[in-house]
Formats: sequence, C-alpha cells, structure tokens
Amino acid sequence: METNRQYEVVFIVDPAMEDDEVTRLTDTLKQIAVDQGGTVTKTESLGRRPLAYEILHKTEGNFVLLEIEGSGREIAELERRMRVNDRIIRYITVRVDEDRRRAEKFRAKRARKAEKKPGSQSAANRAAAPAEFPAAEEAEDAA
Amino acid sequence: MTTNYEDRDRGRRFNGDEDFDRGRSQGRGGRRMRRRRICRFCIEKVDIIDFKDARFLQNYIPERGKILPRRISGNCAIHQRMLAEAIKRARNIALLPYTTD
Repeated sequence: METNRQYEVVFIVDPAMEDDEVTRLTDTLKQIAVDQGGTVTKTESLGRRPLAYEILHKTEGNFVLLEIEGSGREIAELERRMRVNDRIIRYITVRVDEDRRRAEKFRAKRARKAEKKPGSQSAANRAAAPAEFPAAEEAEDAA
Repeated sequence: MTTNYEDRDRGRRFNGDEDFDRGRSQGRGGRRMRRRRICRFCIEKVDIIDFKDARFLQNYIPERGKILPRRISGNCAIHQRMLAEAIKRARNIALLPYTTD
C-alpha cells in the first residue's frame, strides 16, 4: 500500500475575517492534519481575490493553500471540519503525487532522448520509417 | 478577453498564410487543406497545468466562459485533457466563471 500521498488543499475564507484570525484558523487546520498522522509540507496565503461568481452573497475571498502529505485519512477529517466551519466558504482537495510522478517521468524521458541524439529532433522519426531521401525529410522538418 | 474566432482567421490571412486560403478555395474536392497543428504546451514542454493560475487559464476561455476547443487552439489531446481538468478545478473554487451572462 502506498502511504505517501500528496495533496493540495485550497480553501476560501470569509473576507470579513481578519488576517490574524485566518492565520489562526489555518494553524488549527494544520494541527488537525498532523494529529491524524499527516505532515504539512507547505503553507501559502494566496491573498484576497475576487470570486468569479458569488458564493453566499460574497464577491471576494481569502485564499489559502496547504500542501499535505499522508495516507488520506487526514484529508477526510480535514474536509469534514472545513464543511462544518461556516467561515470557510469553499474548499478543494487535489491529489498531486500521481501527476507529479508522471511529469517526472516525462522529464526523464526527454533527458534520455536529448542525450541519445544531441542536436537532432527527427532521430525518432527516421528510425521508425527508413527514409529514402533523408535530405528531403530534413527540409520538411525544418519548414 | 477578446478571443474572437473570426479575428483570428483574419489575422492569419494578413500574415500571408497560404494554407488558410487554400483551405477555403479547395472545398469542391471534398478534401480540405488543413493548417499544421501546433500544441503550445508540447513546445514549451509543460508537464503540469496548475489550476491555481487563473491568469494563465483565462487565455483558454473565450467570452462565454467555455473551454476553448482543441480545433481552435491546436492543442494535443494529452494537454487539452490536462487543461480542461485545470479549468474545471479553477471553476470549482471560483477562480474562473462557469458562465458569463
């Protein structure tokens, strides 16, 4: 079983709330995640932003981003708490470890490719279909 | 946002794009000459499209707030999928609109 999942949690706090209150609220949420066995790897305030549409008659919100690593149990608890708290007007949790791993794979693949044939992009094409007029093909690629 | 499809086409014609005119004039043969598709994300080697970057995602939602189709932007399937996912997430947290009236 994979135990180290990474999540991005973004939540929107009522804009009427003072900044230090928001920090306190963020800290309690972080504490919940830690208590459930997770680790908070990043905390970032995205600041006050206008909402693209009204939520509970509010046109503005205070955005906060958390990055959490753990099994997923802490996310369940965190979401439950955010749902109950009426100062949090919206939240979203996105699992990011799979996407990041995939991105890493792509990067590695590109690096290997670049190493194999430095300076030539059409190496793969030529290998797939043996060209009778390699010069002509090159001209096409350049165009 | 001023993504008007007609404006884009006009721009191409001004730039002396031959393929554009050929596409229009060769309608009788049934086969259309199509412009070479270029996926901007592939060129810039984008692996992850961040749903929090509303400013960037704005480029891919025309006035109505819809997701710009692949046939207009020329994105490859993989990146269009990633982009659509990011836009939908951004809509959920009110960074982008679902609709604009």
